[in-house]
Parts: sequence; C-alpha cells; structure tokens
Amino acid sequence: MHESLRRAMLFAPGNNPGLLQHAGIYGADSLIFDLEDAVSIHEKDAARILVRNALATIRYPCEVGVRINHISTPWGFDDLAAILPARPDFIRLPKCEEAEEIKRIDDIVTKAERRYGFPEGSIRLMAAIESPRGLRNAFEIASASPRMMALAIGGEDFATSLKTTKTKDGAELFAARSMIVYAAREADISPIDSVFSDLQDEEGFIRETELARQLGFDGKSCVHPRQIELVHRVFTPSEKEIQSAQRILKAYREAMARKAGVVAVDGKMIDAPMIIRARRTLAHAVAAGLVPQEDLND
Amino acid sequence: MINAAGRFIPDTLPGYRDIRPYAGPFATVPDGRRAGQKIKAFRPGTSKVLASLEEAIEASGLKDGMTISFHHALRNGDRVMNMVMQTIAAMGFRNLRLAPSSFLDANDDLIPYFESGVIVAAQCSGARGRLGAYLTTHRLQEMTILRPHGGRARAITSGELHIDVAFLAAPACDRMGNINGIEGPAACGSLGYAMVDARYADTVIAVTDHLVEGALCPVSIPQHLVDYIVPVSSIGDPRGISSGALRITTNPRDLLLAKLTARVIETAGYYREGFSMQLGAGAASVAAGRYLRDIMLRDRITASFAIGGIPGPFCDLLDEGIIQTLFDTQSFDARAIQSLRDNPRHQEYDVDHYANPWNKGAMVNHLDYVVLGATEVDVDFNVNVITDSHGTIMGAVGGHPDASAGARCTIITTPLIRGRLPIVTDRVQTICTPGETVDVIVTDRGIAVHPSREDLRENLMKARLPVMDIKELRDLAYSITGEPDPLPITDEPVAVVEYRDGTVLDVIWKPQD
Repeated sequence: MHESLRRAMLFAPGNNPGLLQHAGIYGADSLIFDLEDAVSIHEKDAARILVRNALATIRYPCEVGVRINHISTPWGFDDLAAILPARPDFIRLPKCEEAEEIKRIDDIVTKAERRYGFPEGSIRLMAAIESPRGLRNAFEIASASPRMMALAIGGEDFATSLKTTKTKDGAELFAARSMIVYAAREADISPIDSVFSDLQDEEGFIRETELARQLGFDGKSCVHPRQIELVHRVFTPSEKEIQSAQRILKAYREAMARKAGVVAVDGKMIDAPMIIRARRTLAHAVAAGLVPQEDLND
Repeated sequence: MINAAGRFIPDTLPGYRDIRPYAGPFATVPDGRRAGQKIKAFRPGTSKVLASLEEAIEASGLKDGMTISFHHALRNGDRVMNMVMQTIAAMGFRNLRLAPSSFLDANDDLIPYFESGVIVAAQCSGARGRLGAYLTTHRLQEMTILRPHGGRARAITSGELHIDVAFLAAPACDRMGNINGIEGPAACGSLGYAMVDARYADTVIAVTDHLVEGALCPVSIPQHLVDYIVPVSSIGDPRGISSGALRITTNPRDLLLAKLTARVIETAGYYREGFSMQLGAGAASVAAGRYLRDIMLRDRITASFAIGGIPGPFCDLLDEGIIQTLFDTQSFDARAIQSLRDNPRHQEYDVDHYANPWNKGAMVNHLDYVVLGATEVDVDFNVNVITDSHGTIMGAVGGHPDASAGARCTIITTPLIRGRLPIVTDRVQTICTPGETVDVIVTDRGIAVHPSREDLRENLMKARLPVMDIKELRDLAYSITGEPDPLPITDEPVAVVEYRDGTVLDVIWKPQD
C-alpha cells in the first residue's frame, strides 16, 4: 500500500473550535485532534463532541487522527464511542505500554467499522511510547494489529519517567529514540519523533528535527503551525540528492527495459537499497513540490 | 434602477443631489474647471495667531448650514474634531455639514451634536464604533455620503464638496501659518489629507499645540493657504496617533496569507525590476512585505515605488534599498513618522496626487500591484469593507476602490472564514469596490482569479499556487459556516456609497431592529 509521507503531524487541541476549523490550512501531512493532555478534565465531553463534529463536517486536505485518552482513564472508551462514527483516519493511543491495549482498541474499531459500514481496516492506529515499559514492548505494540501505521515517542513523559528532564540536545532520549525507530522499522510502520515545545527556539527545533531525520524517523509531531514548514525544510532533499536519485532510477528503468543485469551510476554499482532510497528521496521531493508527481511513477 | 454593479438604486434619495448611477470604473468623463479658494490678500503686519477657537470661528465667518472639514491623520489620538465641535455647539451654530476625511473611534463623542441638530449631514470615508452605528440607524437631513479618498479629493477639487471652513490639526506650525506633521508632541507624519482641504477651503484654521518661532522647515502646508492659527494645549494623544513600530504578526494564519500573497506578487506577471506596489497596513499585508523582501533580495529586484498609508516595516525596505521611493499619504506608526522626517526618499504627498480620478494621472494609475483587505467579497469579486454582518457601518472605504481601479493587478487578501462568518459569499452586503476592478482573491484555503484575467490565472497555475474557482471557495466556506440568511433591512436609505467618480455604487439601508 502506498502511504503518503508523514513528515509533520500537527496537534490541535480538541476544545478549540477556531483551531480545529483552520488546522488543515497549514500544509501538515497529518492532523491530530487532541482529547488528551490539551483538554482539561472539565472539558473532555465537550471536546469529544466538537472533534466528532469537526471530522463529520469539515473536509481536511490530509489525514486526520484523534489522540484519545488512555483506555485506563475514565474517558478513553467514551472517546472512541464518540469519535469512531465520524470515521477518523486514525486513532492515536498515548502512553501505550502493552500490545494488549492496541488489541482491545482494534476490537472496538473493528466493531465500529462493521456497524457504520466503513471498509474494514480503514481506520488506522498509532501509539505513543512514553515509558521504559512501553519501550521494552515497542515491537509487540508496533506489530499488535495490521491497523498500526506509526509509532511515536512522547519525549516529555518519557524523560519524566526516567526521572530526568527533556533537554534540547536530547542525550537522555537518544537510546529510546533509536529503539523506537528499530521497533517501527522492524514492524514496517512509521517512526514519529516527539514534539518540541519551545516555540521561540527555531534553531533548536531545526537541530532536533535534523537529528530525528538522521536517526531514521519519518516525521515529527508539531505543536504550532509554524513548525510545519521547518520540518518540511529539513525533510526536503537537496537539489544534488534529487538529481542523483533521478539518475539512479533512470538507469534502473533502462536496465530493466534492456533486461540487463548490473548497472552503475556515477561509478557506483546500483543495488536494491539504493533504489529504495532513491524512490524515497523522490517522494520527498514530490511532496515539497520540487519535482512533478509523474517522476514517481515508474 | 439597477447600476452597472448590479445594485438597486432608487431614482431619488432624500437629501441627496441628482443620482448618477455607477456605470463602470472609467465611464464618467469630467468637464469644466477645478474649484478654488476665495481670493484673499493679507497685508504685511497681519497677525494670524488668535487667542481662542471662538475667536477663530468668529473670524472665519462660519454660518449655520455651512460645511466644515477635518483630517484624520491623528487617528484615535485626535482631539481637534471633538474640541472644535464642542466650541461650535457652545457658540450656538446649527445645521452644519461635517465633512472630515474620515471618522474614527475617538469621534463617538460627536453623537450629541448630531442629536441636537448642530450637525445635520456627514460626508466621510467611513465611521466606526457608536458613531458608525448611529449613522446606520439614523437618517440625517442629508444622505450620509461615503467616499473613497480619491473620490473625496475629486469632490473637493471639482467643487462638488465645497468646504467653507477647514480646521486642521497642525502638529507643528509657525506664526506665518506654515505647517508640517513631523514635529511636535502630536507628530503624525504625512498630512496628505489636510493638504487638499487647505488648498480648497475658503477659510483654513490651523489648530496647533506646537507653535514654532521663526520659520518652520520643512513645510507641508504653506502659509499662503492658512487664515488663522489657534494655539491649544494639546491637539492629540500620541498613544492614539501611533503605536511605536508596528510589529510583524505572529498569527500563523496571517503569515500563511502573507506568504501566499507574496508568491502571487512574485508569479502573477508584473514582478520585475522597477515594479510598483501598494501594500495595506493590515497584519497580512505588512507580513507579505516581509516575505516579498526575501524574494526580492534573492532575485536582486527593487521596486521603484510603494504608496498608500505607510507602516514602519516598509520604511525598513526603503532603508535597505529594496523600495526606491515611498509616497506617503498617511504614516501608520512612529517608525514611519521618523522615516518621513529623516529619509529624503520617503515622500509626503497629498490625496489628489495619490488617488483623484479626475486629474492628469494619480499615483494609483501607475501601480503594478495593490494588496487590500476585505470584510467580505462575493462571487462577482465585489468587495465590502464598510458594513459588518449586521449591516452596520464599521469601517472606511479608504483608498480601496482607488487603488483597485488603478493597479494592473488588485489582490484581496482575506481568511476564507472569520469566526463564524464566511468571507467569500454569494453577495456582499455593501459594494465598496466593484468586482470588475479586482483581479485576485487570496484566502487561506485557495486563490481565485477574476474570469477576465485568464493571463493571471495561467501564471499562478504555472507557479503551482492553489487556484480555485471563486464559487468553489464560497462553497467551501458555506460547507463549514452554513449559508447566511439575507440581512433583515428596512427600505429606508441612510447612506450612499459613492464610487470615486461620484456615481452611486451602492446604498446602505437601515437594518431592521
């Protein structure tokens, strides 16, 4: 299945009608309407209704998910019951620690899909790992359901559970970040990096996004629209990378057409990983509007 | 009758001259000669400085039924209009026609003078606050006339609006009557509006809190136009006149609009060395200037001139050499006032020069781009900037129709939805700028191009900008807000929206209670 890129996932608080209404205009690759930490316990029910109606009423230009409250809280199941009829593209479970949690949600989603006549499997799931226990079970969580599409790290909570604090160079999260990338990649889903909450520190945000990209993350959670462009910039390949990718794919296509064997570009032998990387580079270039969509179709 | 903008215009309007319906942006061809001041000859030794407003009003020969004017360059800091009206009322004058360049929030205090019959008619660019509501709900003896800045200059210079006495807030004035706006405790920058009144009013009274000994320099309004000078303790509150340096917005939606607008300017077809522009003072317009700066620096392109009201960030572009000359009718902040004072390429000029359709070529005629805001726009590209969703007057026409008519590419920048309101609609409540003079509408969810501008549409499509049909934008807005019901209005007209050539573009009707 061809998955669209998930470079910038923008959070919008579920209790703010204005933000929900406009969330789609900033070019995020995914939107996450939050019923969890952004919404006080006094507004949980109102936010749930608001998010459901936003999903049912507004056409968004990208995938839209909902971060529900954990199912061990008094709100998690009610969140699902309210949101699923509006057919979100995905549900994000916070503070996930065990595969069993995903399986229970999968059950509920499956029943809802049948009840409301949605195609089976159309509502996807993602989980955020925010504790060492969740990290230990990361691969099981990532592969707990065919609905799973992404695994995120919740950096602030993770640092808290380590009894430290999240810093800008992120040394305390280095191992956890990498392990989440390994688990997600092994399960063949997207690893997504944590939010960066200092809105004034643009350089720090870019540095952290560059680190995430280098570690293998597909994207980053954003808490403000102006972070989206920065994420996109970091994930956009350079002109040189794009040209190299185009040469590799062109040589590969020609070799396939001639039924030739080994080919070389710029003095380097082309192997399968290079072709996969080249396709990925071009997909990012297309998403950034640097090359036309046709270049991807081979 | 139905005018060329598709609006119903009654055959007659109470307290309004013969109606000429709007017939198109350049349909009216003027004839005749310009109006002029009464000739006066002041002999050597004549003193213009009088002790009080009463004395000056008496000396002016003001009579019941006359027309008086003010300028609004001191914006919400202005104390002169209220102070003068209070004096005039106390002196027992009645039935006056009030024709300021515009009203602002500070003018709510004038309502009692309307109620008591001191003022019986208002002609202006717009009104806000309680005064705007009052003018919407009360039919005055004469129709309230709303004119664009260029239309006011036309009405004055052609004699259609004859000013008997102009009261000019004068931030700095010498004893001979020379005035500028860049010095004194209530410095406001450009006196672009006042300059026109000074040239055409029969009597000009300068009201100043900064009487300069010797000769004032530079001079914006020369002494030979000024009859009397009245020193007062304060003409305005600096906090209401300017707000330090206007900051670039951090609102992400305005920034998105700004970025799209800058891209439209870059790609629509007129962006080249020496191009010209007017960017409004709204948050998105000012931010668009910032994005455009980066684009222009990258391409090493400079603009030959920029016009309109000038906010501080454009003065930075002037200092950097990205804009070669600024022409300033109204300085929006302290930074712009300082720039007008210090930078010789920041040029003060009057509204006749800026926007009068009946002269030998106003600056608006030489614009490549203008970026303007909107309260609402409709599927025919008509723009409303004056009445709100209740039909109440809450804004000013300003230079909107002037710049739109003049520019080769008129860009309206607005969010598609504000609060609960769709901004792109089937039909605007009041037309201030006719759709045939509007080219591009930039919203946060898509860009619409006027059907007559296939060239622009192609250029924007080529640049991969999100071009949509205007009706698609309307539908998108309605899909979220619902379709608004028509406003319940009465059949009682309260104000006329004149186009810049003096034709009737639209009528404002009193809303139902």
